[in-house]
Amino acid sequence: MAEIRTTRDVFIEEIYNRMHEDENIFFLCADFGSPKLDALREKFADRFINVGIAEQNLINIATGLALEGYTVYAYAIAPFLTMRAYEQIRINLSLQAQLKEININLIGVGAGLSYDVSGPTHHCLEDISIMMTLPNIVVFSPSDWVLAQQFVDYSISVKKPKYLRFDGKPVPLIYDNVDMISFENGFSELFQGESICLVSTGYMTHKAINVANKLADQNISIGVIDFYMLKPCNEDLFFEKIKKYTHLITLEEAFINKGGLDGLISKILNCNNSGTRLKRMGFEDRYVFDIGSREYLHKLNNLDEESINKIIRDLLEEN
Amino acid sequence: MSTTGAINQMELLKEKATRVRMETLKIHKIAPETRIASSLSAVEIFVVLYYGKILTFNAKNINWAGRDRFIISKGHGAISLYPILADIGFFEQKELENVCKEGTFLGGIPDSIIPGFETINGSLGHGPGVACGIALALKRKQATESVFVLLGDGELYEGSVWEAIMFAGEHKLDNLILILDNNLICMLDFCKKILDLEPLEEKFKAFKWDVRTVDGHDVGQLYNLLGALKEEKNGRPKILIANTVKGKGVSSLETDPLCHIKSLKPDVIDQIVAGFD
Repeated sequence: MAEIRTTRDVFIEEIYNRMHEDENIFFLCADFGSPKLDALREKFADRFINVGIAEQNLINIATGLALEGYTVYAYAIAPFLTMRAYEQIRINLSLQAQLKEININLIGVGAGLSYDVSGPTHHCLEDISIMMTLPNIVVFSPSDWVLAQQFVDYSISVKKPKYLRFDGKPVPLIYDNVDMISFENGFSELFQGESICLVSTGYMTHKAINVANKLADQNISIGVIDFYMLKPCNEDLFFEKIKKYTHLITLEEAFINKGGLDGLISKILNCNNSGTRLKRMGFEDRYVFDIGSREYLHKLNNLDEESINKIIRDLLEEN
Repeated sequence: MSTTGAINQMELLKEKATRVRMETLKIHKIAPETRIASSLSAVEIFVVLYYGKILTFNAKNINWAGRDRFIISKGHGAISLYPILADIGFFEQKELENVCKEGTFLGGIPDSIIPGFETINGSLGHGPGVACGIALALKRKQATESVFVLLGDGELYEGSVWEAIMFAGEHKLDNLILILDNNLICMLDFCKKILDLEPLEEKFKAFKWDVRTVDGHDVGQLYNLLGALKEEKNGRPKILIANTVKGKGVSSLETDPLCHIKSLKPDVIDQIVAGFD
Protein backbone atom coordinates (compact mmCIF):
# COMPACT_ATOMS: atom_id res chain seq x y z
CA MET A 1 0.00 0.00 0.00
CA ALA A 2 1.43 3.32 -1.05
CA GLU A 3 2.22 5.73 1.74
CA ILE A 4 -0.55 8.25 2.32
CA ARG A 5 0.50 11.73 3.43
CA THR A 6 -0.86 15.27 3.44
CA THR A 7 0.80 17.40 0.79
CA ARG A 8 0.98 20.58 2.86
CA ASP A 9 2.56 18.77 5.83
CA VAL A 10 5.28 17.26 3.68
CA PHE A 11 5.97 20.62 2.04
CA ILE A 12 5.99 22.58 5.31
CA GLU A 13 8.24 19.98 6.92
CA GLU A 14 10.74 20.45 4.10
CA ILE A 15 10.57 24.26 4.36
CA TYR A 16 11.16 23.90 8.10
CA ASN A 17 14.30 21.89 7.34
CA ARG A 18 15.51 24.53 4.89
CA MET A 19 14.87 27.39 7.30
CA HIS A 20 17.60 26.08 9.60
CA GLU A 21 20.25 26.90 7.02
CA ASP A 22 18.52 29.41 4.78
CA GLU A 23 17.96 32.52 6.86
CA ASN A 24 16.42 34.24 3.86
CA ILE A 25 13.10 32.42 4.21
CA PHE A 26 9.98 33.98 5.73
CA PHE A 27 6.81 31.97 6.28
CA LEU A 28 3.56 33.94 6.52
CA CYS A 29 0.06 32.68 7.08
CA ALA A 30 -3.44 34.11 7.28
CA ASP A 31 -4.38 32.37 10.52
CA PHE A 32 -4.29 28.94 8.95
CA GLY A 33 -2.45 26.02 10.49
CA SER A 34 -1.23 22.49 10.04
CA PRO A 35 0.29 20.04 12.51
CA LYS A 36 3.66 20.56 10.86
CA LEU A 37 3.38 24.34 11.06
CA ASP A 38 3.44 24.24 14.85
CA ALA A 39 7.11 23.26 14.96
CA LEU A 40 8.00 25.90 12.37
CA ARG A 41 6.29 28.75 14.14
CA GLU A 42 7.85 27.82 17.44
CA LYS A 43 11.38 27.32 16.13
CA PHE A 44 11.42 30.30 13.76
CA ALA A 45 9.23 32.76 15.62
CA ASP A 46 11.17 35.68 14.13
CA ARG A 47 10.52 34.54 10.54
CA PHE A 48 7.00 33.23 10.95
CA ILE A 49 4.20 35.77 10.86
CA ASN A 50 0.50 35.19 11.25
CA VAL A 51 -1.02 38.31 9.68
CA GLY A 52 -4.49 37.40 10.95
CA ILE A 53 -7.51 36.61 8.81
CA ALA A 54 -6.34 39.19 6.29
CA GLU A 55 -5.45 37.65 2.94
CA GLN A 56 -5.02 41.03 1.23
CA ASN A 57 -2.43 42.05 3.77
CA LEU A 58 -0.84 38.61 3.54
CA ILE A 59 -0.02 39.28 -0.11
CA ASN A 60 1.09 42.87 0.50
CA ILE A 61 3.38 41.99 3.43
CA ALA A 62 4.82 39.15 1.34
CA THR A 63 5.47 41.62 -1.48
CA GLY A 64 7.37 44.03 0.75
CA LEU A 65 9.56 41.24 2.12
CA ALA A 66 10.20 39.85 -1.35
CA LEU A 67 11.12 43.28 -2.74
CA GLU A 68 13.84 43.33 -0.09
CA GLY A 69 15.16 39.99 -1.32
CA TYR A 70 13.53 37.49 1.00
CA THR A 71 12.07 34.17 -0.15
CA VAL A 72 8.49 34.22 1.06
CA TYR A 73 5.88 31.52 1.59
CA ALA A 74 2.34 32.77 2.07
CA TYR A 75 -0.03 30.14 3.34
CA ALA A 76 -3.84 30.22 3.44
CA ILE A 77 -6.99 28.40 2.40
CA ALA A 78 -6.92 28.27 -1.41
CA PRO A 79 -10.18 30.06 -2.33
CA PHE A 80 -9.55 32.90 0.11
CA LEU A 81 -5.89 33.22 -0.83
CA THR A 82 -6.61 33.45 -4.54
CA MET A 83 -9.97 35.19 -4.66
CA ARG A 84 -10.13 37.45 -1.60
CA ALA A 85 -6.70 38.77 -2.50
CA TYR A 86 -6.87 38.48 -6.28
CA GLU A 87 -6.24 42.14 -6.94
CA GLN A 88 -3.26 42.20 -4.56
CA ILE A 89 -1.90 39.19 -6.46
CA ARG A 90 -2.51 40.91 -9.78
CA ILE A 91 -0.89 44.22 -8.82
CA ASN A 92 1.91 43.24 -6.49
CA LEU A 93 2.87 39.83 -7.85
CA SER A 94 1.83 39.56 -11.47
CA LEU A 95 2.54 43.14 -12.60
CA GLN A 96 5.48 43.70 -10.28
CA ALA A 97 7.22 40.46 -11.29
CA GLN A 98 7.48 41.72 -14.86
CA LEU A 99 9.73 44.53 -13.61
CA LYS A 100 11.45 43.14 -10.53
CA GLU A 101 12.60 39.81 -9.18
CA ILE A 102 10.33 38.67 -6.36
CA ASN A 103 10.16 35.20 -4.90
CA ILE A 104 6.75 34.65 -3.38
CA ASN A 105 5.23 31.20 -3.06
CA LEU A 106 1.49 31.23 -2.46
CA ILE A 107 0.50 27.98 -0.80
CA GLY A 108 -3.23 27.47 -1.27
CA VAL A 109 -4.67 24.52 0.62
CA GLY A 110 -8.02 23.02 -0.23
CA ALA A 111 -7.93 22.44 -3.97
CA GLY A 112 -11.21 21.49 -5.59
CA LEU A 113 -13.55 19.78 -3.16
CA SER A 114 -10.93 19.01 -0.48
CA TYR A 115 -13.19 20.76 2.02
CA ASP A 116 -16.21 18.81 0.82
CA VAL A 117 -18.72 19.37 3.61
CA SER A 118 -17.76 23.00 4.20
CA GLY A 119 -19.72 23.99 1.13
CA PRO A 120 -19.18 26.23 -1.87
CA THR A 121 -17.32 29.05 -0.04
CA HIS A 122 -14.58 26.54 0.78
CA HIS A 123 -14.67 24.63 -2.50
CA CYS A 124 -12.06 25.92 -4.90
CA LEU A 125 -13.07 25.43 -8.52
CA GLU A 126 -11.99 28.75 -10.05
CA ASP A 127 -8.36 29.07 -8.95
CA ILE A 128 -6.65 27.23 -11.81
CA SER A 129 -8.20 29.36 -14.51
CA ILE A 130 -7.94 32.70 -12.72
CA MET A 131 -4.33 32.12 -11.71
CA MET A 132 -3.37 30.94 -15.20
CA THR A 133 -4.84 34.16 -16.59
CA LEU A 134 -2.23 36.22 -14.76
CA PRO A 135 1.11 36.73 -16.52
CA ASN A 136 4.40 36.07 -14.71
CA ILE A 137 3.00 33.56 -12.21
CA VAL A 138 3.93 29.88 -12.05
CA VAL A 139 0.97 27.57 -11.44
CA PHE A 140 1.78 24.27 -9.73
CA SER A 141 -0.90 21.66 -9.07
CA PRO A 142 0.68 18.50 -7.62
CA SER A 143 -1.12 15.19 -7.43
CA ASP A 144 0.95 13.74 -4.60
CA TRP A 145 3.17 14.82 -1.76
CA VAL A 146 6.41 13.71 -3.39
CA LEU A 147 5.88 16.28 -6.13
CA ALA A 148 5.43 18.93 -3.46
CA GLN A 149 8.54 17.81 -1.64
CA GLN A 150 10.55 17.89 -4.86
CA PHE A 151 9.18 21.35 -5.63
CA VAL A 152 10.90 22.94 -2.64
CA ASP A 153 14.20 23.42 -4.49
CA TYR A 154 12.35 24.99 -7.41
CA SER A 155 10.41 27.27 -5.07
CA ILE A 156 13.64 28.64 -3.63
CA SER A 157 15.72 28.87 -6.79
CA VAL A 158 13.14 30.21 -9.26
CA LYS A 159 12.63 33.78 -8.13
CA LYS A 160 9.13 34.38 -9.41
CA PRO A 161 5.66 34.44 -7.89
CA LYS A 162 4.16 30.96 -7.78
CA TYR A 163 0.79 29.54 -6.91
CA LEU A 164 0.92 26.12 -5.27
CA ARG A 165 -2.45 24.38 -5.36
CA PHE A 166 -2.42 21.76 -2.60
CA ASP A 167 -5.05 19.22 -1.70
CA GLY A 168 -6.45 19.47 1.80
CA LYS A 169 -6.62 15.74 2.42
CA PRO A 170 -3.96 13.02 2.67
CA VAL A 171 -3.18 11.46 -0.72
CA PRO A 172 -1.38 8.26 -1.74
CA LEU A 173 2.08 8.36 -3.22
CA ILE A 174 2.37 8.29 -7.01
CA TYR A 175 6.00 9.21 -7.65
CA ASP A 176 7.98 6.45 -5.96
CA ASN A 177 10.61 7.19 -8.60
CA VAL A 178 11.45 10.90 -8.55
CA ASP A 179 13.26 10.62 -11.88
CA MET A 180 9.80 10.60 -13.46
CA ILE A 181 9.28 14.19 -12.34
CA SER A 182 10.17 17.09 -14.60
CA PHE A 183 9.18 20.61 -13.58
CA GLU A 184 10.60 21.86 -16.88
CA ASN A 185 8.19 19.68 -18.86
CA GLY A 186 5.37 20.14 -16.38
CA PHE A 187 3.84 16.69 -16.72
CA SER A 188 4.62 13.00 -16.45
CA GLU A 189 3.29 10.17 -18.55
CA LEU A 190 2.19 7.57 -16.00
CA PHE A 191 0.59 5.11 -18.44
CA GLN A 192 0.80 4.76 -22.19
CA GLY A 193 -2.44 3.87 -23.88
CA GLU A 194 -3.72 2.96 -27.31
CA SER A 195 -6.34 5.42 -28.44
CA ILE A 196 -7.51 7.29 -25.34
CA CYS A 197 -5.51 9.25 -22.78
CA LEU A 198 -6.65 10.77 -19.50
CA VAL A 199 -4.96 14.09 -18.77
CA SER A 200 -5.48 15.04 -15.15
CA THR A 201 -4.25 17.39 -12.47
CA GLY A 202 -4.15 17.25 -8.68
CA TYR A 203 -6.43 14.85 -6.86
CA MET A 204 -8.07 13.66 -10.08
CA THR A 205 -4.85 11.95 -11.14
CA HIS A 206 -5.51 9.34 -8.45
CA LYS A 207 -8.87 8.63 -10.05
CA ALA A 208 -7.30 8.47 -13.48
CA ILE A 209 -4.78 5.91 -12.25
CA ASN A 210 -7.51 3.81 -10.63
CA VAL A 211 -9.63 3.86 -13.78
CA ALA A 212 -6.64 3.00 -15.99
CA ASN A 213 -5.63 0.13 -13.69
CA LYS A 214 -9.12 -1.35 -13.69
CA LEU A 215 -9.35 -1.13 -17.48
CA ALA A 216 -5.90 -2.67 -17.80
CA ASP A 217 -7.26 -5.69 -15.91
CA GLN A 218 -9.73 -6.03 -18.79
CA ASN A 219 -6.90 -5.63 -21.34
CA ILE A 220 -7.94 -2.09 -22.22
CA SER A 221 -4.95 0.18 -22.35
CA ILE A 222 -5.60 3.80 -21.44
CA GLY A 223 -2.96 6.53 -21.25
CA VAL A 224 -2.60 8.71 -18.14
CA ILE A 225 -0.71 11.99 -18.07
CA ASP A 226 -0.40 13.83 -14.78
CA PHE A 227 -0.16 17.57 -15.42
CA TYR A 228 1.34 19.32 -12.40
CA MET A 229 3.05 22.36 -13.82
CA LEU A 230 0.24 24.11 -15.60
CA LYS A 231 2.33 27.17 -16.27
CA PRO A 232 4.95 27.19 -17.64
CA CYS A 233 5.10 23.79 -19.36
CA ASN A 234 6.62 22.14 -22.41
CA GLU A 235 3.66 22.25 -24.77
CA ASP A 236 5.59 20.87 -27.73
CA LEU A 237 6.69 17.80 -25.83
CA PHE A 238 3.16 17.28 -24.55
CA PHE A 239 1.84 17.33 -28.08
CA GLU A 240 4.47 14.82 -29.16
CA LYS A 241 3.30 12.50 -26.40
CA ILE A 242 -0.41 12.72 -27.16
CA LYS A 243 -0.63 13.12 -30.92
CA LYS A 244 -1.11 9.38 -31.41
CA TYR A 245 -4.37 9.38 -29.43
CA THR A 246 -7.79 9.79 -31.00
CA HIS A 247 -9.24 11.18 -27.75
CA LEU A 248 -8.01 13.04 -24.72
CA ILE A 249 -10.10 13.34 -21.58
CA THR A 250 -9.18 16.12 -19.20
CA LEU A 251 -9.97 15.55 -15.53
CA GLU A 252 -9.87 18.37 -13.03
CA GLU A 253 -11.57 19.31 -9.80
CA ALA A 254 -12.37 22.70 -11.26
CA PHE A 255 -14.87 24.40 -13.49
CA ILE A 256 -14.56 23.35 -17.12
CA ASN A 257 -14.74 25.61 -20.19
CA LYS A 258 -13.22 28.48 -18.24
CA GLY A 259 -9.56 28.27 -19.12
CA GLY A 260 -8.40 25.65 -16.64
CA LEU A 261 -6.54 22.44 -17.50
CA ASP A 262 -9.05 21.78 -20.27
CA GLY A 263 -8.36 25.22 -21.74
CA LEU A 264 -4.63 24.59 -21.74
CA ILE A 265 -4.97 21.21 -23.46
CA SER A 266 -7.49 22.58 -25.94
CA LYS A 267 -5.09 25.39 -26.81
CA ILE A 268 -2.24 22.94 -27.39
CA LEU A 269 -4.43 20.82 -29.66
CA ASN A 270 -5.64 23.86 -31.59
CA CYS A 271 -2.16 25.32 -32.03
CA ASN A 272 -1.05 22.05 -33.57
CA ASN A 273 -4.13 21.69 -35.78
CA SER A 274 -4.66 18.38 -34.09
CA GLY A 275 -7.47 16.06 -35.02
CA THR A 276 -7.44 14.56 -31.51
CA ARG A 277 -10.83 15.03 -29.87
CA LEU A 278 -11.13 16.51 -26.39
CA LYS A 279 -13.61 15.54 -23.70
CA ARG A 280 -13.59 17.86 -20.69
CA MET A 281 -14.50 16.45 -17.28
CA GLY A 282 -14.88 18.73 -14.29
CA PHE A 283 -17.59 20.94 -12.85
CA GLU A 284 -20.25 22.56 -14.96
CA ASP A 285 -21.14 26.23 -14.64
CA ARG A 286 -22.78 26.03 -11.23
CA TYR A 287 -21.75 25.79 -7.58
CA VAL A 288 -22.10 22.69 -5.42
CA PHE A 289 -24.45 23.25 -2.49
CA ASP A 290 -25.05 19.53 -1.95
CA ILE A 291 -23.74 18.15 1.32
CA GLY A 292 -21.73 14.99 1.51
CA SER A 293 -18.33 13.38 1.11
CA ARG A 294 -16.01 14.25 -1.74
CA GLU A 295 -16.84 10.91 -3.33
CA TYR A 296 -20.57 11.57 -3.06
CA LEU A 297 -20.18 15.03 -4.60
CA HIS A 298 -18.08 13.55 -7.40
CA LYS A 299 -20.86 11.06 -8.13
CA LEU A 300 -23.43 13.85 -8.30
CA ASN A 301 -21.23 15.70 -10.76
CA ASN A 302 -20.21 12.70 -12.90
CA LEU A 303 -16.62 12.81 -11.77
CA ASP A 304 -16.51 9.46 -9.98
CA GLU A 305 -14.54 6.55 -11.37
CA GLU A 306 -17.66 4.88 -12.74
CA SER A 307 -18.57 7.98 -14.75
CA ILE A 308 -15.03 8.31 -16.10
CA ASN A 309 -15.08 4.62 -16.98
CA LYS A 310 -18.37 5.02 -18.81
CA ILE A 311 -17.11 7.95 -20.86
CA ILE A 312 -14.08 5.90 -21.90
CA ARG A 313 -16.22 2.93 -22.88
CA ASP A 314 -18.54 5.15 -24.92
CA LEU A 315 -15.55 6.63 -26.75
CA LEU A 316 -14.10 3.18 -27.40
CA GLU A 317 -17.39 2.14 -28.95
CA GLU A 318 -17.32 5.28 -31.12
CA ASN A 319 -13.83 4.34 -32.28
CA MET B 1 21.86 74.92 10.93
CA SER B 2 21.94 78.61 11.91
CA THR B 3 18.68 80.57 12.09
CA THR B 4 19.62 82.44 8.93
CA GLY B 5 20.51 79.16 7.25
CA ALA B 6 17.18 77.68 8.27
CA ILE B 7 15.27 80.71 6.97
CA ASN B 8 17.18 80.52 3.72
CA GLN B 9 16.41 76.85 3.40
CA MET B 10 12.71 77.39 4.00
CA GLU B 11 12.72 80.14 1.37
CA LEU B 12 14.46 77.75 -0.98
CA LEU B 13 11.86 75.04 -0.33
CA LYS B 14 9.06 77.53 -0.94
CA GLU B 15 10.65 78.55 -4.23
CA LYS B 16 11.03 74.92 -5.17
CA ALA B 17 7.35 74.30 -4.40
CA THR B 18 6.33 77.17 -6.65
CA ARG B 19 8.54 75.90 -9.43
CA VAL B 20 7.28 72.29 -9.05
CA ARG B 21 3.68 73.50 -9.10
CA MET B 22 4.41 75.38 -12.31
CA GLU B 23 6.21 72.43 -13.92
CA THR B 24 3.35 70.15 -12.94
CA LEU B 25 0.87 72.42 -14.66
CA LYS B 26 3.06 72.40 -17.76
CA ILE B 27 3.02 68.61 -17.72
CA HIS B 28 -0.76 68.72 -17.39
CA LYS B 29 -0.88 70.94 -20.45
CA ILE B 30 1.00 68.28 -22.42
CA ALA B 31 -0.97 65.44 -20.82
CA PRO B 32 -4.47 66.57 -19.84
CA GLU B 33 -5.28 63.00 -18.77
CA THR B 34 -3.13 63.50 -15.65
CA ARG B 35 -4.84 64.10 -12.30
CA ILE B 36 -3.84 67.67 -11.69
CA ALA B 37 -5.82 68.52 -8.55
CA SER B 38 -4.62 65.46 -6.69
CA SER B 39 -1.02 66.10 -7.77
CA LEU B 40 -1.11 69.72 -6.61
CA SER B 41 -2.12 68.87 -3.04
CA ALA B 42 1.06 66.83 -2.56
CA VAL B 43 3.59 69.33 -3.96
CA GLU B 44 5.03 70.56 -0.65
CA ILE B 45 5.22 67.01 0.70
CA PHE B 46 7.35 65.91 -2.27
CA VAL B 47 9.45 69.07 -2.15
CA VAL B 48 10.31 68.69 1.53
CA LEU B 49 11.06 64.97 1.21
CA TYR B 50 13.46 65.43 -1.71
CA TYR B 51 14.84 68.99 -1.63
CA GLY B 52 14.69 69.07 2.15
CA LYS B 53 16.71 65.84 2.07
CA ILE B 54 14.43 64.10 4.51
CA LEU B 55 14.72 61.11 2.20
CA THR B 56 18.08 59.47 1.66
CA PHE B 57 18.42 58.55 -2.00
CA ASN B 58 20.88 58.08 -4.82
CA ALA B 59 19.52 59.19 -8.17
CA LYS B 60 22.31 57.41 -10.02
CA ASN B 61 21.88 54.11 -8.21
CA ILE B 62 18.16 53.74 -7.70
CA ASN B 63 18.37 50.32 -6.04
CA TRP B 64 21.06 51.40 -3.59
CA ALA B 65 20.43 49.45 -0.39
CA GLY B 66 21.04 52.54 1.74
CA ARG B 67 18.11 54.48 0.30
CA ASP B 68 14.95 55.25 2.22
CA ARG B 69 12.01 53.52 0.55
CA PHE B 70 9.24 55.85 -0.59
CA ILE B 71 5.99 54.15 -1.58
CA ILE B 72 3.57 56.40 -3.41
CA SER B 73 0.27 54.72 -2.76
CA LYS B 74 -1.80 57.53 -4.32
CA GLY B 75 -0.03 57.03 -7.63
CA HIS B 76 -2.40 59.11 -9.72
CA GLY B 77 -1.54 62.15 -7.58
CA ALA B 78 2.21 61.94 -8.10
CA ILE B 79 2.65 63.78 -11.39
CA SER B 80 4.16 66.58 -9.33
CA LEU B 81 7.00 64.26 -8.42
CA TYR B 82 8.11 63.98 -12.07
CA PRO B 83 9.74 67.45 -12.23
CA ILE B 84 11.52 66.81 -8.92
CA LEU B 85 12.91 63.43 -9.99
CA ALA B 86 14.05 64.96 -13.29
CA ASP B 87 15.65 67.93 -11.53
CA ILE B 88 17.64 65.80 -9.12
CA GLY B 89 18.81 63.41 -11.81
CA PHE B 90 16.65 60.26 -11.72
CA PHE B 91 16.00 60.82 -15.42
CA GLU B 92 16.57 63.55 -17.95
CA GLN B 93 14.71 66.83 -17.83
CA LYS B 94 13.65 66.57 -21.46
CA GLU B 95 11.55 63.49 -20.62
CA LEU B 96 9.04 65.82 -18.96
CA GLU B 97 8.01 66.99 -22.42
CA ASN B 98 6.90 63.47 -23.31
CA VAL B 99 4.53 62.59 -20.47
CA CYS B 100 1.83 60.22 -21.78
CA LYS B 101 3.29 60.36 -25.30
CA GLU B 102 4.06 57.22 -27.29
CA GLY B 103 7.25 55.47 -26.28
CA THR B 104 7.85 57.33 -23.02
CA PHE B 105 8.12 55.73 -19.59
CA LEU B 106 6.32 58.64 -17.92
CA GLY B 107 2.67 57.65 -17.90
CA GLY B 108 -0.42 59.21 -16.39
CA ILE B 109 0.08 57.03 -13.31
CA PRO B 110 3.66 56.21 -12.33
CA ASP B 111 4.94 52.63 -11.89
CA SER B 112 8.29 51.14 -11.05
CA ILE B 113 9.28 51.43 -14.73
CA ILE B 114 10.11 55.03 -13.73
CA PRO B 115 13.41 55.45 -11.88
CA GLY B 116 12.54 56.56 -8.36
CA PHE B 117 9.25 54.72 -8.02
CA GLU B 118 9.45 51.55 -5.95
CA THR B 119 6.11 49.84 -6.62
CA ILE B 120 3.17 49.41 -8.96
CA ASN B 121 0.71 52.24 -8.38
CA GLY B 122 -2.68 53.12 -9.73
CA SER B 123 -4.85 50.73 -7.78
CA LEU B 124 -5.46 52.29 -4.40
CA GLY B 125 -4.84 50.91 -0.95
CA HIS B 126 -1.82 48.70 -1.66
CA GLY B 127 0.96 50.99 -0.44
CA PRO B 128 0.66 50.63 3.34
CA GLY B 129 0.71 46.81 3.32
CA VAL B 130 3.66 46.57 0.95
CA ALA B 131 5.45 49.23 3.03
CA CYS B 132 4.85 47.15 6.17
CA GLY B 133 6.55 44.20 4.47
CA ILE B 134 9.51 46.37 3.50
CA ALA B 135 9.71 47.89 6.99
CA LEU B 136 9.69 44.41 8.50
CA ALA B 137 12.44 43.29 6.10
CA LEU B 138 14.61 46.30 6.99
CA LYS B 139 14.18 45.54 10.68
CA ARG B 140 15.16 41.94 10.09
CA LYS B 141 18.31 43.15 8.32
CA GLN B 142 18.92 45.60 11.18
CA ALA B 143 19.04 48.31 8.52
CA THR B 144 18.56 51.92 9.56
CA GLU B 145 16.67 53.10 6.47
CA SER B 146 13.08 54.30 6.80
CA VAL B 147 9.98 53.54 4.77
CA PHE B 148 7.80 56.49 3.80
CA VAL B 149 4.33 56.13 2.29
CA LEU B 150 2.21 58.80 0.69
CA LEU B 151 -1.45 57.89 1.11
CA GLY B 152 -4.50 59.79 -0.10
CA ASP B 153 -7.28 60.24 2.44
CA GLY B 154 -9.71 58.59 0.00
CA GLU B 155 -7.58 55.44 0.19
CA LEU B 156 -8.68 55.06 3.79
CA TYR B 157 -11.91 53.62 2.40
CA GLU B 158 -9.97 50.53 1.25
CA GLY B 159 -10.15 47.72 3.82
CA SER B 160 -6.63 46.55 2.97
CA VAL B 161 -5.29 49.85 4.33
CA TRP B 162 -6.71 49.09 7.77
CA GLU B 163 -5.30 45.56 7.67
CA ALA B 164 -1.89 47.19 7.24
CA ILE B 165 -2.50 49.86 9.88
CA MET B 166 -3.40 47.14 12.37
CA PHE B 167 -0.32 45.15 11.41
CA ALA B 168 2.15 48.04 11.67
CA GLY B 169 1.11 48.99 15.19
CA GLU B 170 1.22 45.43 16.45
CA HIS B 171 4.63 44.78 14.85
CA LYS B 172 6.07 48.04 16.22
CA LEU B 173 7.21 49.27 12.82
CA ASP B 174 8.77 52.52 13.98
CA ASN B 175 10.73 52.76 10.73
CA LEU B 176 7.45 53.34 8.89
CA ILE B 177 6.18 56.87 8.31
CA LEU B 178 2.81 57.32 6.64
CA ILE B 179 2.08 60.75 5.20
CA LEU B 180 -1.62 61.29 4.68
CA ASP B 181 -2.40 63.79 1.93
CA ASN B 182 -5.60 64.84 3.65
CA ASN B 183 -7.09 66.90 0.84
CA LEU B 184 -10.64 65.98 1.93
CA ILE B 185 -11.98 65.20 -1.54
CA CYS B 186 -12.48 61.90 -3.37
CA MET B 187 -13.49 61.60 -7.01
CA LEU B 188 -17.12 62.61 -6.65
CA ASP B 189 -17.36 64.64 -3.46
CA PHE B 190 -15.94 65.65 -0.11
CA CYS B 191 -15.11 62.57 1.96
CA LYS B 192 -17.23 64.05 4.72
CA LYS B 193 -20.25 63.72 2.49
CA ILE B 194 -19.42 60.18 1.35
CA LEU B 195 -18.43 58.48 4.63
CA ASP B 196 -16.89 60.74 7.22
CA LEU B 197 -13.31 59.59 7.93
CA GLU B 198 -12.96 61.56 11.15
CA PRO B 199 -11.84 61.32 13.85
CA LEU B 200 -8.59 60.31 12.15
CA GLU B 201 -6.16 60.99 14.98
CA GLU B 202 -8.09 58.83 17.41
CA LYS B 203 -8.39 56.02 14.91
CA PHE B 204 -4.64 55.82 14.36
CA LYS B 205 -3.88 56.19 18.06
CA ALA B 206 -6.22 53.28 18.78
CA PHE B 207 -4.11 51.16 16.41
CA LYS B 208 -0.92 52.01 18.34
CA TRP B 209 0.40 54.70 15.99
CA ASP B 210 2.04 58.02 16.83
CA VAL B 211 0.04 60.79 15.22
CA ARG B 212 1.04 64.31 14.21
CA THR B 213 -0.98 66.81 12.23
CA VAL B 214 0.45 69.52 10.03
CA ASP B 215 -0.49 72.14 7.45
CA GLY B 216 0.54 70.16 4.39
CA HIS B 217 1.48 73.27 2.46
CA ASP B 218 3.75 74.73 5.15
CA VAL B 219 7.22 73.58 4.16
CA GLY B 220 8.73 74.63 7.49
CA GLN B 221 6.30 72.56 9.54
CA LEU B 222 6.60 69.61 7.16
CA TYR B 223 10.39 69.77 7.30
CA ASN B 224 10.55 69.86 11.08
CA LEU B 225 7.99 67.15 11.70
CA LEU B 226 9.15 64.72 9.00
CA GLY B 227 12.73 65.08 10.16
CA ALA B 228 11.71 64.43 13.78
CA LEU B 229 9.49 61.49 12.92
CA LYS B 230 12.26 59.83 10.95
CA GLU B 231 14.58 59.99 13.93
CA GLU B 232 12.06 58.86 16.52
CA LYS B 233 12.52 55.14 17.17
CA ASN B 234 10.01 54.39 19.90
CA GLY B 235 8.40 51.15 18.80
CA ARG B 236 5.44 52.88 17.13
CA PRO B 237 4.70 53.57 13.47
CA LYS B 238 4.12 57.24 12.63
CA ILE B 239 1.46 59.04 10.71
CA LEU B 240 1.69 62.64 9.66
CA ILE B 241 -1.75 63.92 8.79
CA ALA B 242 -0.98 66.64 6.26
CA ASN B 243 -4.01 68.86 5.87
CA THR B 244 -3.94 69.96 2.27
CA VAL B 245 -6.07 71.63 -0.35
CA LYS B 246 -6.94 69.62 -3.43
CA GLY B 247 -5.92 71.63 -6.48
CA LYS B 248 -3.73 73.93 -4.35
CA GLY B 249 -2.60 76.97 -6.33
CA VAL B 250 -5.40 76.88 -8.89
CA SER B 251 -8.38 78.77 -7.48
CA SER B 252 -10.96 77.21 -9.80
CA LEU B 253 -9.95 73.74 -8.63
CA GLU B 254 -9.57 74.57 -4.95
CA THR B 255 -13.28 75.20 -4.50
CA ASP B 256 -14.62 72.43 -6.70
CA PRO B 257 -15.70 69.12 -5.12
CA LEU B 258 -15.32 67.52 -8.57
CA CYS B 259 -11.79 68.86 -9.07
CA HIS B 260 -10.35 65.32 -9.10
CA ILE B 261 -11.69 64.69 -12.56
CA LYS B 262 -11.24 68.21 -13.94
CA SER B 263 -8.62 69.04 -16.53
CA LEU B 264 -7.44 72.56 -17.18
CA LYS B 265 -7.54 74.11 -20.65
CA PRO B 266 -4.16 75.08 -22.15
CA ASP B 267 -4.88 78.81 -22.10
CA VAL B 268 -5.94 78.60 -18.45
CA ILE B 269 -2.67 76.87 -17.64
CA ASP B 270 -0.71 79.53 -19.53
CA GLN B 271 -2.42 82.24 -17.48
CA ILE B 272 -1.72 80.52 -14.18
CA VAL B 273 1.91 79.84 -15.06
CA ALA B 274 2.36 83.47 -16.14
CA GLY B 275 0.99 84.46 -12.73
CA PHE B 276 3.65 82.37 -10.96
CA ASP B 277 6.45 84.12 -12.92
